[in-house]
Order: sequence, then structure tokens, then C-alpha cells
Amino acid sequence: MDESEGRPVGRRGFIRDAAVGAAAFAAPGKLMADETETHSHSHDHDHDHQDVPPDIALRVRALESVLVEKGMVDSAALDEIVDTYENRIGPRNGAEVVARAWVDSAYRERLLADGTAAIGELGHLGGQGEHMKVVANTPEVHNLVVCTLCSCYPWPTLGLPPVWYKSAPFRARAVIEPREVLSEFGLDLPEDVEVRVWDSTAEIRYLVLPERPAGTEGMTEEELVEIVTRDSMIGVARVETPSGGEPGGDA
Amino acid sequence: MNTIHDMGGMDGFGPIEPEENEPVFHHRWEGRVYALTRAVGRWGRGREWPNFRYTLESIPPAEYLSMSYYERWFRMMTTRLLVSGLISETELETGYPDPGAPRPELLPASNTGAPGAGLLDMDVPARFGPNDRVRARNLHPRGHTRQPRYVRGRRGTVVEDYGVYALQDTDEDGRRPADRRPQHVYSVRFEARELWGERGGAREAVYADLWEDYLEPA
Repeated sequence: MDESEGRPVGRRGFIRDAAVGAAAFAAPGKLMADETETHSHSHDHDHDHQDVPPDIALRVRALESVLVEKGMVDSAALDEIVDTYENRIGPRNGAEVVARAWVDSAYRERLLADGTAAIGELGHLGGQGEHMKVVANTPEVHNLVVCTLCSCYPWPTLGLPPVWYKSAPFRARAVIEPREVLSEFGLDLPEDVEVRVWDSTAEIRYLVLPERPAGTEGMTEEELVEIVTRDSMIGVARVETPSGGEPGGDA
Repeated sequence: MNTIHDMGGMDGFGPIEPEENEPVFHHRWEGRVYALTRAVGRWGRGREWPNFRYTLESIPPAEYLSMSYYERWFRMMTTRLLVSGLISETELETGYPDPGAPRPELLPASNTGAPGAGLLDMDVPARFGPNDRVRARNLHPRGHTRQPRYVRGRRGTVVEDYGVYALQDTDEDGRRPADRRPQHVYSVRFEARELWGERGGAREAVYADLWEDYLEPA
């Protein structure tokens, strides 16, 4: 949703106030015509487009255009980067790590002792995930990952972070009232469960190893990959027993 | 710098609002900003190229809060391109290269020998080790720092030595020390009650990753 991106809202103020040379430039006329065609999603939904600065898309297009004409970037290379994160690198990579740890106790041990090496075994290292620490949830301990200063997040295992992870409310509240935060995500932890919040302030990136839900004993590694969610690897959710499985997920 | 990006522990921002089936990019331009930021990085070599985090944190607080994530990235990237002289304000405005302007050339990386951001294979003595009691020094630098405000002056326990990393801090003009001051980074556990007083939960703790310069024995 558009309005969830820049809370508190008021992004139009940005256009008025823009400074730093990268100021409020007029929409370049030559780009006006084709921008509507490249606006990638359909308009038959209820987004409040008035909350979107009317010319940020045009300004970005002007920048790309001039950088291409100056020989500094290649639009096809940009397409490739976008495609990588839209279609190829995402939480499924992290789910493979988790599922492997659930079925292979030796891998789990390696993963918790040296996350970087063990994730490397599955080929899921890379930019913003060069140095990985994996923290395991247990019946006694629940882990939650945040970046209070910015948006640090393990790209190679989870992809790019969701808007809420980068938002002021999450960054502000996760460290001071983690139980309330988890409760808003629908996860009410018993009082005797210790909550550990990992603030990604340096170059190490964190992945939560969620508990394997009850009732999944008969599932294969491939089936388990399908039930591991992004949110469970950030630590704002548990992995639920799939419907049709036996009860005991204790959500 | 003590500004709005350092949000840990603040009140007043309201509820967290997760979006169901959120797309990676909400608009085409967001993906272009992300990709452009990655793609222009090599053009900064050998040029004045403002520090990523310093530049984001230098956005005035009211504006910072009013901008979406990729609007901040766009501001950061265009600041870099303008400061380095790779584009002009007119070019940014019109979308056309300035008439007669020479095409920029890629420069070789200036060979300062300065280490990068990753784990360094360097033999640097560690001042602290697991189970050591430490206090986060009461630092308030005007430049970029990775020591969040909420730990300053607070006592914690080292739980792990993550090895040697270059310090990412900058001076007040956004510049990093020439030798990058490689040093150990530690995972330090702070009990919630130590950080937040009575508001902290009894069975809650925050782990922050802190460079050795941020710490002193407690």
C-alpha cells in the first residue's frame, strides 16, 4: 500500500522542501508521455495515488536517461538487478537453510556455530549477507531481528526487506517493547519465554532459525521449505503447522 | 550524529503496518532507484563520493520522516552524483546531457590500501572477550556512527567476538579515517532493564554489534 511506505505520511512535503541540489526539479517534458505506460501495476485498485509525489517517477526516469546517454549505466543491466530481487533472490533461500537445519542435525550444529560457512554450503551468501549469524528459537528463547539505525537485512537469504521492517515504528519499538511488537504480529509469547532482540548495527546479518512446528514429522525437506515464512526468519512469527497436519503448532 | 535515523527506543510512531503479499518494489521507479544506486557505485572510484549512511543521515529530520525509503536513496544517490561532478544539476533536471560536456571516464580505485567493510584477515589484538563486562562509552560524534544512542553509558556483557572489521564511522564531514582503524567487533548483550529501566521487560535483552572503540571495561 502506498500510504504504508512513508509513515508518517506527508511525502508531498518532500517535493516542496527538497534540497541538496537534488532539488525539486520540474518534470522533464520528454519523459512525461511514456511514464504512464511504464507505471508497472494496474490502476483498478484502491491505492491513494495522490499520496505519491507526482514527479518522483519522472525525476528517476530523467536520471536514468541522462546516465544512459552519458554512457554510465546500461538499462538492461538495471533490468537485470531489478529482476534478480523481484524474481530470484528472496526468502525461499532462507527457507532452504531452515528446512535443511530441521532435517539434518549436523547441519543445524554447523549453522549455529558458523552461519556464514553453513549458509555458504547452500550457495546463499552475497552482498549484505557476507557474514551471517543464525540464532535459534527454542521453547525458552525467542529471537527478533531489527536494524534501528537503517535497514540492514540479509539480502541473499531473505531478499530485500519489507516496508514495515524499514519503517520508523518497527525500528523504534522492537528494542524497547518487543513483546508488544510481536503481539501486533499476532505472536503472544508466554511470560517465561526470554526475548532476544538482535540490532544489526555492524556488518553481521542475522537470520532466525524458527522452531519446527509439531505435526511436520512426516514432511520431506522439500515440503518443509514451502511452509517456512519470511516473517518467521525475522522473528515476528512462528512457522505454523500446515492445515491438514496434526494440531500442536501452538500459535 | 544524533538525529532521527537513530530510532531505537523512541515512542510516537504508531503501530507497525505489515502489508499482505507485499511486492518487492511498489512502483517501477523504486526498482530503478535501487538498481541505479548499485550500478553507479563503480563511478565513485577515485572521486569524491559521499558516504552512503552519512548522506542518508544528513537529511534533515522532518524531511527524513516525510520521505519513503527509496526517496531517501534517490536523494543519497543524486547527492553523490552531483558532489562528484559526474552529473550537473541541469542534467538531473532535464534528463539530457549538457551540450558539449565530456563523457565521464571510469577511474581506477585510489590505491590507499584501506580495507573494505568486510571481515578482515588481520592480526589485531582483542581488548575484550566473551563474558567480559563492558560499558558502551558515552560518545556523541557529529559524523556517522554505528553505536546507537540507547546503549550509551549502559553496561552489557560480551557474548561473542566477531573478528576484525574496519570502523565505519565518519567525521562530521562524512569522511572515514584513512587507515579505517580495523578493530574487533563484539556482540554485546544488554539487559532490557539496564537500557530502559522499569519499562524494560524482565526476560528481555538487546544484542548490539559494537566496535571496540565504542566500549570500555565496566
